[in-house]
Amino acid sequence: MTETFISWGMDPTWAWGVATIAGILLIALPLMLAVAMIIYADRKIWAAIALRRGPNVVGPFGLLQSFADGLKVFLQETIIPTSANRGLFLIAPIITFTVALMAWAVIPFNSGAVLADINVGLLYILAISSLGVYGVILSGWASNSKYPFFSAMRASAQMISYEVSIGFILIGVVLFAGSFNMNEIVKAQQGHGLGIVNAFGFNLLLFPLAVMFLISSLAETARAPFDLTEAESELVAGYQTEYSSMSFALFWLGEYANVLLMCTLNAVLFWGGWLPPLNIDLIPWFDIPGIIWLFAKILFFFFVFSWVKATVPRYRYDQLMRLGWKVFLPISLIWIFLISGYLMLTRYGDCKASERVHITQIADKETGKTYSVAPPKNSWDGICRSEIQGSAKVSS
Amino acid sequence: MIQVAAFWLFATIVIASAAMVIFARNPVHSVMWLILAFFNAAGLMLLAGAEFIAMLLVIVYVGAVAVLFLFVVMMLDIDFAELRAGFVRYLPLGALVAIILAVELVFAVGAWSAGKVDLAARAAPAVTDKSNIQQIGELLYTKYIFLFEAAGIVLLVAMIGAIVLTHRQRGGVRIQNISEQNKRRPQDATRMVDPGVGQGVEL
Repeated sequence: MTETFISWGMDPTWAWGVATIAGILLIALPLMLAVAMIIYADRKIWAAIALRRGPNVVGPFGLLQSFADGLKVFLQETIIPTSANRGLFLIAPIITFTVALMAWAVIPFNSGAVLADINVGLLYILAISSLGVYGVILSGWASNSKYPFFSAMRASAQMISYEVSIGFILIGVVLFAGSFNMNEIVKAQQGHGLGIVNAFGFNLLLFPLAVMFLISSLAETARAPFDLTEAESELVAGYQTEYSSMSFALFWLGEYANVLLMCTLNAVLFWGGWLPPLNIDLIPWFDIPGIIWLFAKILFFFFVFSWVKATVPRYRYDQLMRLGWKVFLPISLIWIFLISGYLMLTRYGDCKASERVHITQIADKETGKTYSVAPPKNSWDGICRSEIQGSAKVSS
Repeated sequence: MIQVAAFWLFATIVIASAAMVIFARNPVHSVMWLILAFFNAAGLMLLAGAEFIAMLLVIVYVGAVAVLFLFVVMMLDIDFAELRAGFVRYLPLGALVAIILAVELVFAVGAWSAGKVDLAARAAPAVTDKSNIQQIGELLYTKYIFLFEAAGIVLLVAMIGAIVLTHRQRGGVRIQNISEQNKRRPQDATRMVDPGVGQGVEL
């Protein structure tokens, strides 16, 4: 986009600034609209599964319900409890909302359509999602009320526990893709399944990780069946209990923006992102813009989220912890070993027996000494000659 | 231009929030200022071209360490009047530590500016076309592999130590065995009996 502004006769620095701000608005504004519609969709799906009608009064089919709710909340009075910690009480929803928007900077919407195409994209997402816990903890503590505090304790423990296994699951994806860059991860999925399917999820080694990631993303966003933080039968409304008006709305928006982000991550990391599902040019398959494929995948995962919410009963807290620490963590650890072993066999360990050497003297590059190598002692001994840098010579 | 502006912005906020960590009256506010300092330090790392370290700083320190700080500070009911009561008693010791640190700082700055260290050794090594992660990985897993593994073992020992110290064996706890529950079938749990008239049922 910067080039367009430069071609309009703008100074490069200014063009970069204007392009970045335009890019941010191009992501944030449609995202807010999408969040409003996704709240409506969530309520409709939930209602349909419960054989109800759902919102159907405001606008055609109730489509404007979320906007009506937003307007209502906007016009309400902001109430701050007298014993609350004023500053932190007001900052907490802002943190939740901002963090939910920040992560979208590295999401690729099409092959070039990404706001910040950074090398450490996936780490950035991990970093940002680890910040989300602060909005919850602070709101619970600053409310100075017991139910929000219980909820904040539960939420932070839950989010930290599941972040651990999410981190390990992502390592599996990164090992296969060979990059932390989100766009590279999507591109690595082209024709991944036997050259036909564009998705990591169809790989037998990665499919269990995809399932675990879907469940972990439910837990990470505190959706049912892991919504212990907002368990209305025990904790009123959890950490949002004392909030009203716009600060409440910010939590609401941030929460659903996070849900959308997790759906997007599922689509991008395991199911091909903006790539079409099949790598065969059946119909003008590749002419359909990538963003449409991505949106279709996001909506599918959002449907799964709503479906789960409507059907599955809530977990007990110790069961939630057991699932995170005793099931997902060991399985994802074992899978890291499996994946790296498989990749060593097939991708990286392509060294012939004649190329293998045994190092007899390890020398430092800085001192200028060369490596002394000998023929391998047996069939599994030694390392690949190409792995030794500098001037190595065989001294047998 | 923008790099300079960003540097001064990050650097000022780091120092200001670090000062606020000490001066804030509420310990929870202190932790929040500390988080702001970590965050801006990550920004400085980004400016230095070390994006991997910057992300690790946010993930490890902001995402994990500071959360634990926040937990501890929220759970402990710290009485500041009591803490201040010992101020005069500990003043000599504190002053001694402060003086030692100040002297060390002076020596360090003096040695650094007076010593004949060539610029090439002071500056970071030349940036190649490889990404940050690759460079660190290549160094860490070849040249420093034993130190790296030693660090891992130290962390493992620390973890086991923490678990041993805090683990508490409680008797009479009924633990849920989920696989056993799933294996249970109706015929294992129920029994059909047909007692005769006037006879009870053995439970």
